[in-house]
Amino acid sequence: MSATQTDPTTADPTPAAGPRLKRPTRSSDLLVTALAVVVALVIGGVLIALADQRTRSAAGYFFQWPFDTFTYGAEAAWHGYVALFQGAIFNPRTAANGTLVGYLGPLSETLTNATPLILGGLSVGLAFRAGLFNIGGQGQIVLGAIFGGYVGFAWDLPPVLHLLVAVLAAALGGALWGGLVGWLKARTGAHEVITTIMLNYVATALLAYLLSVKWFQAPPFGQAISRPVDKSAQLPPLLGSTMRVHAGLILALLAAWAVWWLLERSVLGFRLKAVGANQFASRTAGMDVGRSIIVVMVVAGALAGLAGACQAVGTNTQITQDIDAGIGFDAITVALLGRAKPGGIVWAGLLFGALHAGGVQLQSVTGTPIDLVQVIQSLIVLFIAAPAVVRAIFRIKASGAGVGQALAKGWNG
Amino acid sequence: MRLSTKIMAGLGVLTLAATAAGCGKPASSGDSGGSGSSSSKSISACMVLDTGGVDDHSFNQASWAGLQAASKANSSIKSSYVSSNSQNDYTPNLTTETNKGCDTVIAVGGLMSDAVKKVAKANPKQHYAEIDSSSSGSNVYGLQYNTAQGGFLGGYLAAGMSKTGTVATYGGLNIPPVTIYMDGFWEGVQYYNKQKNKSVKVLGWDETKPKAGTFAQSFTDQNKGKAITQAFEQQGADVVFPVAGGTGLGSGAAAEASGGKLMLIWVDTDGCESASQYCKYFLSSVTKGLTKSTQEYAEAAAKGSFPSGNYVGTLKNGGTGLAPYHDWESKIPSDLQSEIKQVASGIEDGSITITSQSQPTS
Repeated sequence: MSATQTDPTTADPTPAAGPRLKRPTRSSDLLVTALAVVVALVIGGVLIALADQRTRSAAGYFFQWPFDTFTYGAEAAWHGYVALFQGAIFNPRTAANGTLVGYLGPLSETLTNATPLILGGLSVGLAFRAGLFNIGGQGQIVLGAIFGGYVGFAWDLPPVLHLLVAVLAAALGGALWGGLVGWLKARTGAHEVITTIMLNYVATALLAYLLSVKWFQAPPFGQAISRPVDKSAQLPPLLGSTMRVHAGLILALLAAWAVWWLLERSVLGFRLKAVGANQFASRTAGMDVGRSIIVVMVVAGALAGLAGACQAVGTNTQITQDIDAGIGFDAITVALLGRAKPGGIVWAGLLFGALHAGGVQLQSVTGTPIDLVQVIQSLIVLFIAAPAVVRAIFRIKASGAGVGQALAKGWNG
Repeated sequence: MRLSTKIMAGLGVLTLAATAAGCGKPASSGDSGGSGSSSSKSISACMVLDTGGVDDHSFNQASWAGLQAASKANSSIKSSYVSSNSQNDYTPNLTTETNKGCDTVIAVGGLMSDAVKKVAKANPKQHYAEIDSSSSGSNVYGLQYNTAQGGFLGGYLAAGMSKTGTVATYGGLNIPPVTIYMDGFWEGVQYYNKQKNKSVKVLGWDETKPKAGTFAQSFTDQNKGKAITQAFEQQGADVVFPVAGGTGLGSGAAAEASGGKLMLIWVDTDGCESASQYCKYFLSSVTKGLTKSTQEYAEAAAKGSFPSGNYVGTLKNGGTGLAPYHDWESKIPSDLQSEIKQVASGIEDGSITITSQSQPTS
C-alpha cells in the first residue's frame, strides 16, 4: 500500500507551453494508468480476501476479535498475489527442478497469453484511431481461426509455405469480416458497433455449424472439435516443445511495429487519423472518408484474423466453439489500457497476459476463482476510462480528459 | 497514508456486509484437529473442469459431485477443482495441477483430450483420468458412456406409453454427445415398432437423417424448450425426450400447461432429483453415470491402484440406464416394465445391436 509515495507534485508538470493542440501530458497519462492498475490490484486484493474461507469465517466474530479478519484477509491477498506472480513471472517451486521449463515456464505462459491479446488490441486500437469502435474482434478472430485452421488441416503444402499460407488465410478471413463492416458503414452508414456485434453472432453460428460437418470435424466425430492442424502449418515453439510460447509472438511484435509505422509515418495513417479526428473536416479537405473507413476495417480485421491464427495454429492446434477465448472483448480493454498506441498496446497485452497466466496458478493454489482476474482487468479499464476517479483518490490535478473521449467519438462518427 | 486508512475502512465495511451479522465465535486455538485422518495416507484428486463452471447442471457438476462423494466416503481423498474459461486454459490448468503435486488429475470433457495427451506424455509418472474420451496413453484412464443404450430403453418406454402413436425428442446442439441419446431413443422406438408391428412416429430426430433434427441451439433457454415442446404437442406427440440440459426445463413447463396430457423423459440425471418440481411428468430418466464412475475411480485411486485403459459406461455396469419410474411406477403397465427389462438384457448380451455412429468405441 505504498502507492501514495509518488509525490503528486512531481507528476503534474505544467502543461506544455505554446498554442499547440490541447492534449493531456504524457507523464500524467502514464501516472494515471499506473495508479489505475494499483487501485485495481488493491481492490482485487480485497476481493481475494473476501473469497477466502478462513477470512470469511473470521469475519463472523469480527466484533469480538477483529484482528483475525484483517490478518487472515491480508494473508489471503498476499498469498493470492504471490501465486499470481509465480504463475506469470517466476515460480521458485518449479525452478527447483532445475529444468529450463521450470525457470521459464511462467514467462512462457505470460507471453503465450499476451500474443493474441496484442494482435487483437492492435486491431481495436487502430480502429479507435480512425474513430471506429470495433467490437467485432470475436467474429474476426473466429473467421481467422476457421480460415487458418482449415488451410492448416485440409491443404497439403511443404512445411514453411504451409504455415505462411495458413497465417495469410487467417488474416484474409479476419479482413473479410472486418472489411464487410467497413463497407456497410461507408456505403450505407450502418453503425459499426451494431454490425460488428451482429457479425459476431454470425461467426459463432457458422463455427457451430462447421463443427458438426464431417469435412471439418475431427474423427471419430465424437466431439464438437475440428481436425488437428498439420505440424507443417503450426507456428513453431520459440523455447522448445515443453513451453507453449510460439512464433506468433514475433508476428505480434512485427504487427505492432507495422501499425506504428502506418499511423506515424505513412500518408495513409495520417488520413486515417484525420478521419478519426474529424470526419467532416477531412471530407472538406478532399479526403475519401468512405474509402478510409473500409481500409481501416480491412486492416483491423486482418490483425484480429492474425490473432485467430495464433489461436488456431499456435496456442491450440484444434478449433472448438470457444476458439476466440474472450480475446475479442479483452482486446478492447487492452487497446484502452494501451491508449490505442501500438507501444502501449504491447505493454497492456503483456500485463493482461501475465494476469491471465497468474490467474491459473491463483486458482489452482488458493482456490480463488479465475474470474477474479477478469474483475481486476475490468477495474483497471474502468479507472482509466474515468480518470477523474483516480485523480480524486490521489489528489492529482486534472490535465485533460482520458481515453473516454476517443471512445465517445466512436459512437458519434 | 490516507489511502491505506480508506482501504482499511473499505475492507471493514465489505466484510461487515459479507457477514451480515457478526455473532459467531472465534475458532478454538486447537484448530479442530486436522480432520482426524492421521495415519492413513491421503491422496489429492484434482479436477480440471471444462468451460461452463462447476454449477452447470451438467457434466462439470455431475463429475465434481462424484469426486465430492468420494471424499465424503473416504476422508483420505482430498478433492479440489479448477475451472477453464476457454480452451486456452486446458493445457495450463493441467500443467499447474500436475506441478501442484496432485496424485491424480481428472480432466472433465472430451474437448481437452489433445491437451491431456500432451501433458500426460510430458509427465509419464503422473496419473490422469479423462471423462468423455478414450485413453490416450498408459497413464491416462479414459471414461466414456454409451448413452445410446439408455436412450434405447427410453425410446422403447416412450413408444409403449404413447397413446397418440407419436413421440418426440430434441437436442441442445447437434453434437454427438447429445445426438447419441437421440439415436438410442429413435432406435428404441423402431425396435418397439418392429416387435409389436406398430408404427409409432418419432418427431425431432431421425438417425438416418442426421442433419435434420430439432435443436434448441441452447442448453439454457427454457422458453425455447417450451416452444419446441408445444409445437411437438400440436403435431400429436404425447411423450417428449429433451436432451438439452436446462433448456429441457421448458418441456416441464409445457407438460404443466398441457394439464397432464404430456409425458416426459428426463436426461443425464434422475429428473425427480435434479428437476423435482416436474417429477410427476417424468416417466423416467435416461442417465449417464458421471458421478458414479468418477467416485469409483477416485476410490480405487485412494486404495493405491490407479485404473488404466478404458471405462465404457453401459447398461451392464450402470454407466447408463433408466432411472426409477417414481410416480409412474404404478401407472406403467407391468408388461411394459418387464419387456424393458428383457430389452435391457438383450442389449447387454448383444442380441440387440445398436447402430448409432456416436457410440464410443474400444
